Amino acid sequence: MTTIYKKSKGLQNNELHYCPGCGHGIIHKLIAEVMVEMDAVGTTIGVCPVGCSVFAGNYFACDMVEAAHGRAPAVATAIKRTHPNQPVFTYQGDGDLASIGAAEIVHAAMRGEKFTTIFVNNAIYGMTGGQMAPTTLIGQRATTAPSGRTKEQAGMPMRVAEMLATLDGLVYAERVCVTDIPHLNKAKKAIKRAFEKQMAGEGFTFVEILASCPTNWGMDTLEANKWLMENMASYYPLGVIKETEVR
Amino acid sequence: MKREIWKGSEAIAEAAIRAGCRGFFGYPITPQNEIPEYMSHKMPQAGGVFVQAESEVAAINMVYGASSSGIRAMTSSSSPGVSLKQEGISYMVGAQLPAVIVNVMRGGPGLGSIQPAQGDYFQATRGGGNGDYRTPVLAPANLQETVDLMQEAFDIADQYRIPVMFLADGLIGQMMEPIVWNEHQQRTLSEKTWAASGRGDRAHNNFITSLFIDASSCEAENANLSAKYAEIEKNECRWEELLLEDAEVVLVAYGTPARIAQTVAEKLRKQGIKAGVFRPITLWPFPYSRLKEIAAMDSTKIFLDIEMSTGQMLDDVNLAVAERKPVRFYGRSGGMIPTVAEVEKAARDAYREVK
Repeated sequence: MTTIYKKSKGLQNNELHYCPGCGHGIIHKLIAEVMVEMDAVGTTIGVCPVGCSVFAGNYFACDMVEAAHGRAPAVATAIKRTHPNQPVFTYQGDGDLASIGAAEIVHAAMRGEKFTTIFVNNAIYGMTGGQMAPTTLIGQRATTAPSGRTKEQAGMPMRVAEMLATLDGLVYAERVCVTDIPHLNKAKKAIKRAFEKQMAGEGFTFVEILASCPTNWGMDTLEANKWLMENMASYYPLGVIKETEVR
Repeated sequence: MKREIWKGSEAIAEAAIRAGCRGFFGYPITPQNEIPEYMSHKMPQAGGVFVQAESEVAAINMVYGASSSGIRAMTSSSSPGVSLKQEGISYMVGAQLPAVIVNVMRGGPGLGSIQPAQGDYFQATRGGGNGDYRTPVLAPANLQETVDLMQEAFDIADQYRIPVMFLADGLIGQMMEPIVWNEHQQRTLSEKTWAASGRGDRAHNNFITSLFIDASSCEAENANLSAKYAEIEKNECRWEELLLEDAEVVLVAYGTPARIAQTVAEKLRKQGIKAGVFRPITLWPFPYSRLKEIAAMDSTKIFLDIEMSTGQMLDDVNLAVAERKPVRFYGRSGGMIPTVAEVEKAARDAYREVK
């Protein structure tokens, strides 16, 4: 019998704790596969956030560091400066990155730190139980926006990739999603591109991944993916946001 | 040995580089800006990393990252800046990461003043961040001791995998004094096999974290940490005694006020008043046992605690003395420095009470 599909060697053999239909497990797999393809599991250092993926260090097979809420880019800055020839990535959710860690991600991008940030945007706070994130859509319900987010009360949702793309230190930003196989393949390609550009020493690279949160959205998996494509992908357009030529 | 005149803050920075520090991450705040300025120039020459962070919060988390990846790292700041670093310090204790954090204290609370003070004693010795934790606190009183203690600060940090607070007041940072660069013997330390520097051929990945989500494992981790704190209390307590053998008035002070206390004690001795000085060098662990012994001595009549704060170390002095002898207090705060005349008067007043 030929094995045609197995768990990536970039992952440990631990059971994931994520909810059914959550995108984190798929995204972990894609990063792990990229590490294996680049022969970089032994050299990569990852930084995990506070939030649903706080246990990422138990899943990725590479060395990992757990950062305080929002501080992963600061932690990764020092790791990469200390080990400039090794791949470094942060794995962050939207509460962690767009809210409490906004300063850290902006300044890491501004300095052109040569690491990659994988930004998982599911438009809600997952781990703490469905509160409003900076990325929550207008009209979207959250436990702290029970009638749906309004512009007047909470402002407009933050387009992080576009915001960071204004900074010269960012050399690559792409927004992808993981709702189906074609999008999943594109997402992996983006992650690989980000790692490659990082290792070429070009600057800060950023992949925003739209992912669903069926548990906190109160939907089943298929419904959640449909909602994502119909609502999130229109406000957060998919595709390359910025890619600079090699300097 | 050749004596050189150095400014305090620059001496702190140079001593750290000589102690093997290869990562400095900071954010400007008065009165310690010469430290990042010196580091920005010298750290790259030493083959190390310097980053001016966007905030104190980012700076301490850069220290967290650098330490995680296996190098000796430090940050420096002054009082309000150290308040912002408390989150990171708590995480570093939880993740068992070594580092040195220099606090050149100024007046407070809040924005306070930029003059020398000691109002961060509680924060340094009790921990300003969340959770059950301790950090060793070294408090030098002159520049020679400052540079000598820096090697110890990094060694203690590495030996116990814990951040060490280097607590100076603004005077230590800003004064100029002659120092000798002594050769220091580094402690024998184990290799940092725990570092997240790339897995290589290791059978497992290293995961640096302070998260123990299950309550029983979090409690077990706290028990491990407590055992470590007990080891530090047993092994690392330091103090200095001056003219204490037969002292009736015992002046207790650390940092700059200890030097004022020394001048006062010598002055009072010439006038027939038996005065001496007890100077804690480690504020945590605090030298309770030795101070307790001094309190039990027949010759000891009264203590006078002197601080550039409104009475913070006073709590520890009272704990050690435990009402065996009276304890009096003299302090200035907000950036005011006690004068020799003021401390002399306070010491005479205390002496009069027991004579």
